[in-house]
Amino acid sequence: MNSIVCLKQVPDTEAQILATPDGSDVKLDGVKFIISPYDEYGIEEALLQKEKAGGGEVTLVSMGPARAVEAIRTGLAMGADKAVHLDDEAFNGSDAQAAAKALAAQIKGMQYDIIYCGRQAIDDDQSQVGPALAELLGLPHTSLVTKVEVAADKKSVKVNRQIVGGEEILEIPLPCVLTCQKGLNEPRYASLPGIMKAKKKPLQPVKAAEIGIDAGTVGAAGSGTRVVKFTAPPTRTSAKIISGESPEEKAANLAKALREEAKAI
Amino acid sequence: MGKGIFVVTVPDQGTIRKVAFEILSEARKIATAKSEPLCAVIIGKGVAALAGKFAPYGADKVYVVENDLLENYTADGYAKALADLITREQPSIVLAGATVVGKDLMPKVAARINAGMAADCTAIGLDGDAFTVKRYMYSGKMIADVKFQADKVAIATIRPNVLIAAAPDASKSAEVVNVAAEVSAADIRVKVLEVVKGDAGKVDLTEAEVIVSGGRGMKDASGYGILEDLAKVLGATVGASRAAVDAGWRPVSDQVGQTGKVVSANLYIACGISGAIQHYAGMGTSKVIVAINKDGEAPILSKCDYAVIDDLFKVVPPLTEEIRKLKAD
Ligand SMILES: Cc1cc2nc3c(=O)[nH]c(=O)nc-3n(C[C@H](O)[C@H](O)[C@H](O)COP(=O)(O)OP(=O)(O)OC[C@H]3O[C@@H](n4cnc5c(N)ncnc54)[C@H](O)[C@@H]3O)c2cc1C
Ligand SMILES: Cc1cc2nc3c(=O)[nH]c(=O)nc-3n(C[C@H](O)[C@H](O)[C@H](O)COP(=O)(O)OP(=O)(O)OC[C@H]3O[C@@H](n4cnc5c(N)ncnc54)[C@H](O)[C@@H]3O)c2cc1C
Repeated sequence: MNSIVCLKQVPDTEAQILATPDGSDVKLDGVKFIISPYDEYGIEEALLQKEKAGGGEVTLVSMGPARAVEAIRTGLAMGADKAVHLDDEAFNGSDAQAAAKALAAQIKGMQYDIIYCGRQAIDDDQSQVGPALAELLGLPHTSLVTKVEVAADKKSVKVNRQIVGGEEILEIPLPCVLTCQKGLNEPRYASLPGIMKAKKKPLQPVKAAEIGIDAGTVGAAGSGTRVVKFTAPPTRTSAKIISGESPEEKAANLAKALREEAKAI
Repeated sequence: MGKGIFVVTVPDQGTIRKVAFEILSEARKIATAKSEPLCAVIIGKGVAALAGKFAPYGADKVYVVENDLLENYTADGYAKALADLITREQPSIVLAGATVVGKDLMPKVAARINAGMAADCTAIGLDGDAFTVKRYMYSGKMIADVKFQADKVAIATIRPNVLIAAAPDASKSAEVVNVAAEVSAADIRVKVLEVVKGDAGKVDLTEAEVIVSGGRGMKDASGYGILEDLAKVLGATVGASRAAVDAGWRPVSDQVGQTGKVVSANLYIACGISGAIQHYAGMGTSKVIVAINKDGEAPILSKCDYAVIDDLFKVVPPLTEEIRKLKAD
């Protein structure tokens, strides 16, 4: 079982994100970064499937600035075997579709049975890269996967997928792309020996030209969308505290406020 | 480019999701401003009967894209059918709901036709001739104004419950165009083995107008009984915090938040939920937020519109009764 896990480094979920004064960008200096949580499910599943199959390799592929190396090393410390880091000015300003193009160009020549992506990266929140990557590679995909079972002949996988009000069970021929949803597994932590070993694992930096990408198809130039302004969302003014002598009275006053003032019921 | 504003719908068991009407109503204004036709696109098997549903919301034209192989949703089959239509008709923008299906289908279609795409948008508009959208980033901590570049078809998915559906005008009619999708069995590589429907009557959290959510303060799984009762009188869907899901009290599909579902309800009632940043990320765009919490210092109190500071087990049952009375009036 050879797997590829697409991993994105993102700001910590607790991080405070502010816009620059002119709104043209966000300020990320001083922010702590982590592996996007859904990508951890991908790493864990790739490791579990490798253990089950009794062999194979787990390769991380990440596009991002120099700081992304930290997240990649964490993924290696969890147990991945090697990593590729797409690190080039040409990728700057890529939107989700352009990011998928860069990843596809890298992955095209690689050996794999399953490519795992997260359901979404928790910073840009596009949920686009998995399905787009599959299309660009000519592969089938399934999103929101909560269970993966590789067939004995290793030619297909059976997956459970979350749908509105239930689940679907699907069979997909390999190779394929799966996007990981919470519930798939419990990602392991990087152990101390794992962290030591990770330092020696291969981490290959890759430039756009090396994967035969025309600079005009990625980065800002290759993106069909551009963020023109960032603004902080409106904050709620402080809550109206519902008064009352007893819980019953508070309940009655709340119901009244929701009906008459908020017109919400 | 510029031959229409497309609004794509994939019916779910013969019903059209409300988000389609929300998008059509908003897109009507853009179509008028750009002097382009507003076209509804409906895809599936045996969906022609639904073609009349779109004109009342402003559609000039309805494409009915059918093929027997499109009985169940598959990304392969539906992406081929939709991408072929877009390639032939060259609309300037394609809009769809950011539903489970929309989120799966549209990025694949975008890659197939080399379009620009923005997902889960909360507003659509124009800047001169260019399409613009607003969308949340960084889990609700930032709003981005996104502009589409003119050299590509634009695709956007729209968050349900955010745009407002206009009052339908039954006197309107639209031209219906039947399209036989060219999909063959070989195109569909993913095989649906089984569909396990959960609670069939339950409105999905992402489309629910009213949500009653419970957290660690519910104490255990049985605590949710009083929330189910409240939800019943409100016609609401029950949600949960991650703490409650991790404790095994509620299924993963009930989780609201950064690593759960992003919801946008008219009314969100948070019971025994502290209001962690990751929870707020999933419900912060709800219109009216109510917190019921016994701790006067809980973070949710600075993120809600109404707060009851008391024991939820003492507040929720009488609240259910009060609302039942109000609704009966
Ligand atoms: C305005 C703007 C400017 C940007 N500038 C840069 C830049 O200068 N340099 C840069 O590297 N990125 C940049 N990005 C981010 C990058 O292009 C994103 O990777 C892309 O937008 C993907 O969208 P998403 O993060 O929402 O992914 P989603 O579609 O939500 O991600 C789903 C999954 O796809 C995979 N994935 C997504 N992105 C990557 C990635 N980068 N590497 C590996 N796997 C991935 C992960 O498995 C992830 O869980 C920028 C984004 C924006 C919006
Ligand atoms: C990467 C990451 C992703 C995450 N994603 C999510 C996510 O998607 N969704 C999510 O919800 N969380 C998420 N979390 C977890 C989040 O940080 C919080 O831990 C979680 O939301 C807490 O759940 P809670 O509010 O139910 O519990 P607590 O924080 O323990 O709060 C319980 C509240 O109940 C109140 N209470 C207790 N008893 C009563 C009573 N009898 N009457 C009234 N009030 C009472 C207490 O005062 C308290 O405010 C994430 C965390 C991380 C690190």
